[in-house]
Amino acid sequence: MKSARLVGLAAAAVLATGTTANAQITVGVAGPMPGQYASFGEQLRNGATLALEDINAAGGVLKQQLKLVVGDDACDPKQARATADRLTGQRVPVVFGHFCSSSSIPASEAYAEGNVLQITPASTNPTFTERKLWNVFRTCGRDDQQGALAGKYLADNFKGKKIAVLDDKSTSGAGLANETKKALNALGVTEALRESYTQGDKDFTALVSRMKAADIDIVFVGGYHTESGLILRQMRDQGMKTLLMAGDALADKQFAAITGQHAGGVLMTFGSDPRNRPAAAEVVKKFKAKGIDPEGYTLYTYAAMQIWAQAVAKANTTDPKKVAETIRAGKWDTVLGEISYDAKGDITVTDYVMYQWKADGTYAEMKM
Amino acid sequence: MEYFLQQLINGLALGSIYGLVAIGYTMVYGIIGMINFAHGDIFMVGAFIALIAFLILVAIGITAIPLALFLVLLIAMLLTALYGWAVERIAYRPLRGSFRLAPLISAIGMSIVLQNYVQLAQGARVKTLQPLITGVHTLFDFGNRLVVQISNIQILIILTTFALMTGFSWLVASTSLGRDMRACEQDLKMAALLGVDTNRTISLTFLLGAALASVAGIMYLLYYGVIDFHIGFVAGVKAFTAAVLGGIGSLPGAMLGGLLIGLIETYWSAYFSVQYKDVAAFSILIIVLIFMPTGILGKPEVEKV
Repeated sequence: MKSARLVGLAAAAVLATGTTANAQITVGVAGPMPGQYASFGEQLRNGATLALEDINAAGGVLKQQLKLVVGDDACDPKQARATADRLTGQRVPVVFGHFCSSSSIPASEAYAEGNVLQITPASTNPTFTERKLWNVFRTCGRDDQQGALAGKYLADNFKGKKIAVLDDKSTSGAGLANETKKALNALGVTEALRESYTQGDKDFTALVSRMKAADIDIVFVGGYHTESGLILRQMRDQGMKTLLMAGDALADKQFAAITGQHAGGVLMTFGSDPRNRPAAAEVVKKFKAKGIDPEGYTLYTYAAMQIWAQAVAKANTTDPKKVAETIRAGKWDTVLGEISYDAKGDITVTDYVMYQWKADGTYAEMKM
Repeated sequence: MEYFLQQLINGLALGSIYGLVAIGYTMVYGIIGMINFAHGDIFMVGAFIALIAFLILVAIGITAIPLALFLVLLIAMLLTALYGWAVERIAYRPLRGSFRLAPLISAIGMSIVLQNYVQLAQGARVKTLQPLITGVHTLFDFGNRLVVQISNIQILIILTTFALMTGFSWLVASTSLGRDMRACEQDLKMAALLGVDTNRTISLTFLLGAALASVAGIMYLLYYGVIDFHIGFVAGVKAFTAAVLGGIGSLPGAMLGGLLIGLIETYWSAYFSVQYKDVAAFSILIIVLIFMPTGILGKPEVEKV
């Protein structure tokens, strides 16, 4: 088996060296391409595609053009592992993804074994970088940073009010809800209700009636926009004025499509909007010219590819281990601004802020 | 008390939708003894057709809600019934008389085909409809903080379900088609020998089941306002469970099972934990099946020799 693998490696090496300047390096992007979270997969793909075009237009990486291969994990841990194995089999040096934390975590092990670098633009669960893997990085923040902000905001503004904390039992949703609860309790506030629902549920009437009976003032949801939107809609149907607050998973315009004008006033923790950063202005213009609004994680994906391309150029190799070391050591100039990494692969600055949705279906940073 | 009643209303509305879908499972099982696993997806197709019909009606300027609702009901029932018929014709009829598992596998295949077809044709993102039927009525106000409310859409769902259920029971009990259906249920071959057009009867059963599923789809769309290509799976599993709980093959059983599942889920969420509502529903299914293997209203199967 080992010798077979060596032969494979040798063959790959021959292929790599035997090609000329117009050779290609295939890189991967992975996320939920179909399925109910497909809109996020689209953001990842859009970000990667444009970054790739820009890098190629500027002469590629190590004088080679980049090619993108798209992996679909449907946000399902099993399929994520299979996708990771497939991408590893194609010998990509780096994968940008996945989206769901519950997919990124199992996939990262396959990548670590298969000598593939992984930079996730969206998975915020702390576990992702807490397992001392050599190959993981992220361009987004972590749930504990996000939870700390959410907990502090709730404690500051809703002291003495009744707070409910819900999650969807997913790795990222429950992770965020737990971190928020931890931060909240540390500040001496106890929530009135802690519940979990199942991803994909549509009927929350029982839960909503329960919150109504408990006279909840604000509900924090660790979960995606579909369920959060339905919870909000069903609260308003039952005549409740309860506020809704959620994490970064709400950052999708579809949330407003579900809730209609009820979206107004909804609170959300999210990275300070990358679209407004000066470093992003030019790239945002390029996206808009293509008819794409670089919302959510689009620019985080773009930045992930920028970091990798710069590190490869600096290390003068695509060897994932060497590139990983280079990324950890350096400072990278991206659309998100300057990014540097700690030893775990987390970005060294926190960029979470509070957002508020408006009734017209847009959201804006809150002045704090 | 207010809380209990409020949850009763929530549970009845949810259970009614399950019940409507469950009728489709139970009828097909009653007649040809197979589980039509694609039925949940027919329900999903019905919801999508209804949404598209709504959008078209709005586009051509028909916005009066009662008229629009009536037209959508008509269009969705008709088109979804065609889907139901086509599924039977393509995937089940050629396999009738084959070994027992063949149509079952074919049904699962059909379910995957329908899901992927809708995903490709309509995209994977959820589709939304803004609330059309609004307004709530206060039923009881005991002067407490919590008043018992029922919304117009909940009234519509519960009434529609009971009306369809009554109409359907009458159809099976007192029409010639109903007689043919009952004859097929008892013995397909004998019914054919006695001059019942079994193919036609089975086709009509699929048509009717799909039409009912489309009504459930419309109710679902109006009630929750959010659909995607995947809703058929969860609803299908729940409705199938309801049909088994009530006694598969029995029409009132399907309805009863649907209501029970809806109520169990709701009350479990209300008094225990939302997290384990599905566990509760399925545990009760298991307990019922241990003591009543044919479900609550099911008839013990007579071994045909």
